[in-house]
Amino acid sequence: MGDKVLMKGNEALAYGAIDCGADGYFGYPITPQSEVMETLMKEMPWETTGMVVLQAESETASINMVYGGACTGKKCMTSTSSPGISLMCEGLSYLAGAELPCVVVDVVRGGPGLGTIQPGQGDYFQMVKGGGHGDYHTVVLSPASVQDMYDFVGLGFKLAFKYLTPCIILGDGVIGQMMEKVQLRDKTPRWTEEEIKKISPWACTGKKGRKRNVITSLALDPSVMEETNLRLQARYRKMEKEDVMFENYKTEDADYLFVAYGCMSRIGETAVDMAREKGIKVGLLRPITLFPFPTAEIDRLVPQLKSIMSIELSSGQMVEDVRLAVNGRVPVGFYGRMGGSVPSPEEILNALMNFIK
Amino acid sequence: MKEEIIIAGFGGQGVLSMGKILAYSGMMQDKEISWMPSYGPEMRGGTCNVTVVISDTRISSPILNTYDTAIILNQQSMDKFEDKVRPGGLLIFDINGITRFPVRKDIKICKIDAVDVATKIGNNKAYNMVVLGAYLKEKPIVTLENVEKGLKKSLPQRHWDSIPQNQEAIRSGMESVVEL
Repeated sequence: MGDKVLMKGNEALAYGAIDCGADGYFGYPITPQSEVMETLMKEMPWETTGMVVLQAESETASINMVYGGACTGKKCMTSTSSPGISLMCEGLSYLAGAELPCVVVDVVRGGPGLGTIQPGQGDYFQMVKGGGHGDYHTVVLSPASVQDMYDFVGLGFKLAFKYLTPCIILGDGVIGQMMEKVQLRDKTPRWTEEEIKKISPWACTGKKGRKRNVITSLALDPSVMEETNLRLQARYRKMEKEDVMFENYKTEDADYLFVAYGCMSRIGETAVDMAREKGIKVGLLRPITLFPFPTAEIDRLVPQLKSIMSIELSSGQMVEDVRLAVNGRVPVGFYGRMGGSVPSPEEILNALMNFIK
Repeated sequence: MKEEIIIAGFGGQGVLSMGKILAYSGMMQDKEISWMPSYGPEMRGGTCNVTVVISDTRISSPILNTYDTAIILNQQSMDKFEDKVRPGGLLIFDINGITRFPVRKDIKICKIDAVDVATKIGNNKAYNMVVLGAYLKEKPIVTLENVEKGLKKSLPQRHWDSIPQNQEAIRSGMESVVEL
């Protein structure tokens, strides 16, 4: 175990990348996540672990650099914020189609358009439902603390290589900008060339002694393309079986339930405590994986609940997945703020009181 | 123990770094901490604030609407945050940025002339440490020993020679705070 240190969420992403043995980071600065590359440039991991850090000329370039690095079986990542993720969506679709593992961080800000630099969660649809064209999903992790930001880079690579898919870390401006204590982990060394050949036999590592590997998302023959799609869908079903993650906060005896992710789960927790002081039994379910979504856990909780409320920094996006899981059995409410505004715990509590009265 | 603090003033007054040093000091005292800044154009001038939570237990929301303590360094922040101090809480302000004194009767109000104190000790740059001293006199939630450790953690090594001056500024702030 390493030290306990105080750092920003964005800095934690950078240290998480170095410490989990990432091979490459390619990025283009944008608030509120510019500290990721700033920290990497300051730490100069190319001098220690050999990790490459490169500022690309645009988000389009950085996601395609990730594609190139991922083709060779290396652990490559990029980070950006909402307008940048829109530019990356073409690349994400290609990465998903070519079945390439990588980690892509979206520290979400208020939108649409250039929007604001303040926190948002309006990219839920875009990231959880795909983002680019075609029938695909990615693993989507939702950090709610600076420790999560640090840990989820390593976890993201683990899942990305397990399922041969991009893994999205869907953060927000609050988690990116706030400072908290982080427990640093033992450093994982970067994979050697031999290890890469063993872990990723599909990778382009030089064809000497074997048949050549071809990595592409193009298959003009529809039957081949359908095979690819079936393979992808089978992986998504496996994710839903094996890697759904969530956290319960005071749900054991709850009559009412908040569903919230990222910074909203933190604000929601305080609202839960305030409600319980008034004698109202509220709990909170925090999806850690937004895809695969904790549908089964909501299903398990529904029989004990009077109603459920999704709280988000959006006009209501995750609430659709909550409604699908609830399937009409109890009322599902929603409260959200948009465009970079963040509600206080009091505001959340008031919204709940109005909903259940 | 749980202390929720808002520090607010102009960008450049050392609002964020004061919060950072307080957070580091809390960490040295084995507390849970969160530090949530207003970020963006504020840091290039304009009003700026940071919410610091120091607690014995897990911290839920880093974003709050009411506070145990408000440390106020300009009038805009006074207008915004005077009403947000919880009854029985504490409001400390620097008289130099203020045109209207606070009027609340249900909270403890303290003032400090931090510009004057910093000038007297010949270290204008330690203005924010004077204010921090005033706060720590009223609420000694972290020991001065841990503040020293916190300074060491938050300052790059090339600035460690300024730690004694910062400590002097904190001590001077402690001596100069006046309860209204």
